[in-house]
Amino acid sequence: MIEARELTKVFRDRKRGEIRAVDGLSLRAEPGRIYGLLGANGAGKTTALRLLATLLRPTSGMATVGGCDVVAAPEQVRAQVGFLAASTALYGRLTARETIAYFGRLHGLDTPQVAARIAHLADELELHEFLDRRCDKLSTGMKQRTSIARTLVHDPAVMIFDEPTLGLDVMAARAIVRFVRGCRERGKTVIYSTHVMAEAEKLCDVIGIIHNGRLVAEGSLEMLRARFGERDLEDVFVKAVGGEAERGER
Amino acid sequence: MFWSHVWTVFTKELRDSLRDRRAVISMFVVPTLVMPLLLLTAGAVMAKIVKKAQDEASPVVVVGGADSPELLAALRADARMRVVEPQGDFRRMIADNRVRAAAEIPEGFAAALAAGEPTSVTLHHNEGDMKSGFGLRDLERFFREYRDRTVAARLEARGLPAALVRPFEIHRSNAAPEKKAGNLLGGIVPYVIILLCFTGAMYPAIDLTAGEKERGTMETLLCSPVDRTALVFGKFLTVLSASLATMACTLVSMVACILVGGTVMLAGPEGAAAAGEGAKLSLDLLGAAGVFVMVLPIAVLFAAVLLAVALCAKTTKEAQTYVSPLVFVIVLPAMIGMLPGVELNTKLALVPVLNLTLACKELLTGVWHWPYLALIFGSTALYAAAALAGAVALFKRESVLFRT
Repeated sequence: MIEARELTKVFRDRKRGEIRAVDGLSLRAEPGRIYGLLGANGAGKTTALRLLATLLRPTSGMATVGGCDVVAAPEQVRAQVGFLAASTALYGRLTARETIAYFGRLHGLDTPQVAARIAHLADELELHEFLDRRCDKLSTGMKQRTSIARTLVHDPAVMIFDEPTLGLDVMAARAIVRFVRGCRERGKTVIYSTHVMAEAEKLCDVIGIIHNGRLVAEGSLEMLRARFGERDLEDVFVKAVGGEAERGER
Repeated sequence: MFWSHVWTVFTKELRDSLRDRRAVISMFVVPTLVMPLLLLTAGAVMAKIVKKAQDEASPVVVVGGADSPELLAALRADARMRVVEPQGDFRRMIADNRVRAAAEIPEGFAAALAAGEPTSVTLHHNEGDMKSGFGLRDLERFFREYRDRTVAARLEARGLPAALVRPFEIHRSNAAPEKKAGNLLGGIVPYVIILLCFTGAMYPAIDLTAGEKERGTMETLLCSPVDRTALVFGKFLTVLSASLATMACTLVSMVACILVGGTVMLAGPEGAAAAGEGAKLSLDLLGAAGVFVMVLPIAVLFAAVLLAVALCAKTTKEAQTYVSPLVFVIVLPAMIGMLPGVELNTKLALVPVLNLTLACKELLTGVWHWPYLALIFGSTALYAAAALAGAVALFKRESVLFRT
C-alpha cells in the first residue's frame, strides 16, 4: 500500500526561482491494483515517484510505503520497493546474472537465496539464454527483462514504474505491459506513470491526472469519462488539465 | 550489515573496473611499462647527449694575444679544445653556438707575465647553455694549469721549493656515495609516485560517479536499500585500490629500474660526477617500503577529493574538466619538493603533497625523521578524513545526485 498526503517538492533554481515540481499531491495505491499517474512531460510524475521511492526528500507533506514513512525510514521503504524507469540502466560490464546478484545482495539476500531467486527469475522471464552475457552485449528486450529481474530480485510488495516503455519498440513495450499486469495478479501494489493514453487505458485500475505538480483528477477510467463527459482518454486528459491553451502557456 | 554492503559495493565496483580497459591501462600498464620506459629512455638519451658534448673538443675563440705567441701555441696544443678563428663579434659567435666560449687576452699579456706584473684574462660564455659551460670549464682548466706552470717556473728561477705556494694539498672524498644517488632519485621517485597515485585514482573516480550518472546506473543503485554512506565507502575503497595499485606498480617498477638500470638514469652531469667518485648506485629498500606507507594517507586524500569533485559533475566530460586542473595543484608542490635546498620543517610538514615529497626524499636516502614522519602521516590522514566526510555529505545531497 502507498499513501501520500499533501506531498510537496520544491526545487530552487538560480535562474527560474522556486519550482514546485510536486504540489500537495495526495494519493492512495492499494495492493492488487494499478494506480496510473498520467501527465505530460514535466508535469511532476518522475519527481512524485522519486519521492515515493525515497530518491528525493519531500519539502513538506508525508508518504508511507507499506506502512513505512519515506522520510523517517527510507531504507525500509526501499527494501519493499521495486523501481523501474526508462532512466534506470544496467551496468554494461557486468553479466545479467552478476547484475541481478548484485542487487540481491544489496537487498540483504545471502548467496543461496540469491542463487534461488536468479533461477526462479530466469525461468519466469526466460533469461537463461543470456544470463552470463555482459549487459552491454544484450538487445534492448534482453536488457528490459534483466532490468525487470533486477527490480524483482527481492520480491518487493510495491512496484513503481516510471515511464518504463519510453523508447522501447512495440514488442519490448508489450512485454513490460504484460509484466505489470502480472504484478497486479500477484497482489502487488503498483504505481505506473506514463504520458501514453493507450497504456493508461489498458493497464490502470485508477488513474490520477497530474498537471503542474498537482493531482487535477482521479478515479477509474469510467469515472473520469463520466466526470468530463468524454469517451476518449486523451480528451478527458485535455479537459482535466484545463485545455490545450493552458498547456501552451507553460 | 553496513560493512557487508560496503564489501558488496566494493567488490562489484572492483570487478567492473577491472573489466574496463581504460582503467586497467591507467592502473597497471602506465606505471609498470610506460613510465619506467619513458624515464629510462629519457635518461639514456640525456646521458648520451651529455657524454657526446663532454667528449668533444670544445670549439673556443681566442681574442687578442697576438703578442703572446707562447700562450696561443699552448692553447692550440690543448687536446680538449679546438681554437677557432674569430669571425666578427665573438659574443655573437657564442650566442649562435658557433663556439662554446672565448678567452680575451689583453695586450702585452706575455710581457706582463715576464715582468712579474699583475694581469688578467677574461673568459666569455653563455650561462644558459650546457655546452658553453663545458667550454668555459676547459678554458678555466687550461688557464689554471698555465698559471701553475708560471708560478712553478718563477719559484724555480729563484731557487725556491714548489711547496712555498702550495704548503698542503686538499683531497676530496665522497663519504656518502649511496646517499647522493638516493637524494637525486629521491626527488624523482616521490614526484612520479604522487603523480601516478593521483592519475591512477582519476579515471575510476570519474567512472564511479559522473560515469554512473551519465549511464543512468546511479538512479538504479540509489533505489537499493543501502545506506548512502555505505555506497560512498564502497566506491571510495575502489578508487583507493586503483590508486594504491597504481602506486605499488610504480614503486616496484621504479625500484627495479633503479636497481637494474639505474646507471642509465644517473648518467646526467650529477650522476656522472657521482659515478666518477665511485658512487655505487643503490636505494634504501626499507626506505622504499616507508614511502609506500607514507603515501597511504595521501592516496586516501586523493581518492576522497576526486570522488567528491567528480560527483558534482553530470557527465564524465564535465568531471574531466573539473578534475584535470587538480593535476597542477598536485604537481606544483611535488615539484617544489624536488628543488635542492627545500628541506623538511614543522611548517612544511603540514603542507599536503609537498610534505610527502620531502619525506620521501629523506626516506629513500635512509634518513628517518620520526617526529616529522608522524606529523606528515597524521596531518595527511586528517585532511583525508575531512575529504571523505565531504564526499559522504555530497553523496547525500539531492542537488548533487540529481543535477539537471
